[in-house]
Amino acid sequence: MQHNPQLNATGELQHLLSIEGLPREVLLQILDTAESFAGVTEREVKKVPLLRGKSVFNLFFEPSTRTRTTFEIAAKRLSADVINLNIAVSSQSKGESLLDTVANLSAMQADIFVVRHASSGAPYLIARHVKPHEHVINAGDGRHAHPTQGLLDLFTIRHYKKDFSRLTAAVIGDVLHSRVARSLIHGLTTLGVPEVRVIGPQTLLPSGVESLGVRVFHDMREGLKDCDVVVMLRLQNERMGGALLPSAQEYFKSYGLTAEKLRLAKPDAIVMHPGPMNRGVEIDSTVADGPHSVILPQVTFGIAVRMAVMSIVAGN
Amino acid sequence: MSLHIKNGRLVDPATGKDGTGDLYVDGGKIVERVKSPSKTIDAKGLVVSPGFIDLSARLREPGFEYKATLESELDAAVAGGVTSLACPPDTDPPLDEPGLVDMLRRRALSLERSRVYPVGALTVKLEGKALTEMAELAEAGCIAFSQANAPLRDTQVLWRALQYAATFGFPVWLRAEDAWLAREGVAHDGEVATRLGLPGIPGFAETVALSTILELVRATGARVHVCRLSTAGAVELMRRAKAERLPVSCDVGIHHVHLCDRDLGYFDANCRLEPPLRSQRDRDALSRALAEGTIDCLCSDHTPVDEDGKHVPFAEAEPGATGLELLLPLALKWGQARELPLAATLARISSEPARILGAASGRLALGAPADLAIFDPAAPLRVAPETLKSQGKNTPFAGYELSGRVRTTIVEGNVVYEA
Repeated sequence: MQHNPQLNATGELQHLLSIEGLPREVLLQILDTAESFAGVTEREVKKVPLLRGKSVFNLFFEPSTRTRTTFEIAAKRLSADVINLNIAVSSQSKGESLLDTVANLSAMQADIFVVRHASSGAPYLIARHVKPHEHVINAGDGRHAHPTQGLLDLFTIRHYKKDFSRLTAAVIGDVLHSRVARSLIHGLTTLGVPEVRVIGPQTLLPSGVESLGVRVFHDMREGLKDCDVVVMLRLQNERMGGALLPSAQEYFKSYGLTAEKLRLAKPDAIVMHPGPMNRGVEIDSTVADGPHSVILPQVTFGIAVRMAVMSIVAGN
Repeated sequence: MSLHIKNGRLVDPATGKDGTGDLYVDGGKIVERVKSPSKTIDAKGLVVSPGFIDLSARLREPGFEYKATLESELDAAVAGGVTSLACPPDTDPPLDEPGLVDMLRRRALSLERSRVYPVGALTVKLEGKALTEMAELAEAGCIAFSQANAPLRDTQVLWRALQYAATFGFPVWLRAEDAWLAREGVAHDGEVATRLGLPGIPGFAETVALSTILELVRATGARVHVCRLSTAGAVELMRRAKAERLPVSCDVGIHHVHLCDRDLGYFDANCRLEPPLRSQRDRDALSRALAEGTIDCLCSDHTPVDEDGKHVPFAEAEPGATGLELLLPLALKWGQARELPLAATLARISSEPARILGAASGRLALGAPADLAIFDPAAPLRVAPETLKSQGKNTPFAGYELSGRVRTTIVEGNVVYEA
């Protein structure tokens, strides 16, 4: 097996490409650093000078509003210069290759590339070709990984539940197409969550998903029993009406989270969702806006977590 | 030119004979003795065997000259000791017209290196709709008909194509892959693809298609060679089909007996292959079946891809790897792992593919074509892409320490390569 491309020779975080393969200590270092930044975001002057003079390039080969914005805010709070490139509509359509785009931006003295791409593994390709002082942060690649989302999910869970070692967590819905699910599952198993469940119809679970260290449930009621953490995944509309699922209505009936189903989980269970939500498809509004929901705090924590990741890679 | 090759270790895979001796060549054939040879080759310490026969090597002409040319790839072939190769029809335009085949053969002949056996397109433009003029193509030199990696979704067309080919006794070479099940897939549907978030091609995409092919062979009596097996399930189906004495044969590529999906590592685009690298269990079954003879031969599935085709994210990468120059060392590595005698190992890349091609080569018999490879089986070889003669530099074996170096290659009695 090749050397883990995320870590430098001394085992420190050089790039953040995936949660898989990151040692527990590195995950905890990120979460602890994020904790220290959480205070910054509540101050009146929401800035620290850690990345002053550094340039962060947001390279989004796939449209995104939320993730791009939170990365931008995080970089600005660290006093970095932020350049947003919406490549989905610029050079790629002119036929420029991914690596040429990166080489050109690198010539403009970049320090951090935040990359989102529709193809699994694209950030690895970029990381292999950037200069030694440049860092790549994966902001979502295909179905593969979305490590900062996974980290902010972990941060949220720790915030509300404190101790990972006694939890039962369930990830529900379209695991097959979900980079969020993969990142979170690796994070939960690395941090010692004793039971991680995935719940969904066979058509939305990738083959051999058990090998990720999860228990598989097809019956949502059974899978929700005694859960401390319930993570709903977004179900994209284009999955409907094809060979994967017959209809949104039927999906909601079997796998949508309602207040009634949520009662099967522990009384103090938290409900999470990476957004954007499809109300009435995977989650009922009464749950999304209800007392168990920590969906909006997730967004807030996302900024601190992304500040932590950027400051750590830039410091290594 | 007449040759005297002396003191070599003569290995004849066709008979299993293996012993030190001299070999004489005259008039392009192996002969009993030559009185005054025009050239003497000292083969002391080297193996003298029939030249290798590769059932799948893409030369990229016509149409893809920016990836490779006949010159570059036939240079690679002779450097790898490959004296005959079959080239699939997936050129641009595809080999679906006699004129194209004729031109390819003439170009290849004029280069005076390996023998090139064109495989004609089974359907026009490889679209899987209309049959090609197989009789005309055969006259122009096609030795079989194939879809290469292009899908043939319509089973009615496949049925008719096999009937038509059977009418004339033309062999049909097919990859077994259900196009619907394989749709959008880029890696073996299993643990690794699940972790990497790559769309998968299930193993049963191969067995479903192979079951269909075998059923149509039963119905039509067509002679079918199944290309590039990749699963243990397909091996089992072939075992049963052969026991039933169906007129079928099959091959496996060098990558699939040595590598599996775990070798994708962190999205190594060199491992983007068709069919995909499958599980360890599949790999082991393929390796064993090749030793037992359920799989008839080993081929390089040589596919030169330019850098631009690989310097992209895994799923977007063009499938394929260079292989002509690695066929011998990888065959030797496989044979060693299976503890086979050298003659048995070499049979998979000489006498067995010769049988499938219906060629007279692939043996060291008197009167056989003097297509020979002289090589040092123990000479270490570190796979360094930049030293390959092929224009395709991409291979998952880059950096591997192998052994087996070709010293001399002879085609029809002419020395075409000397290291």
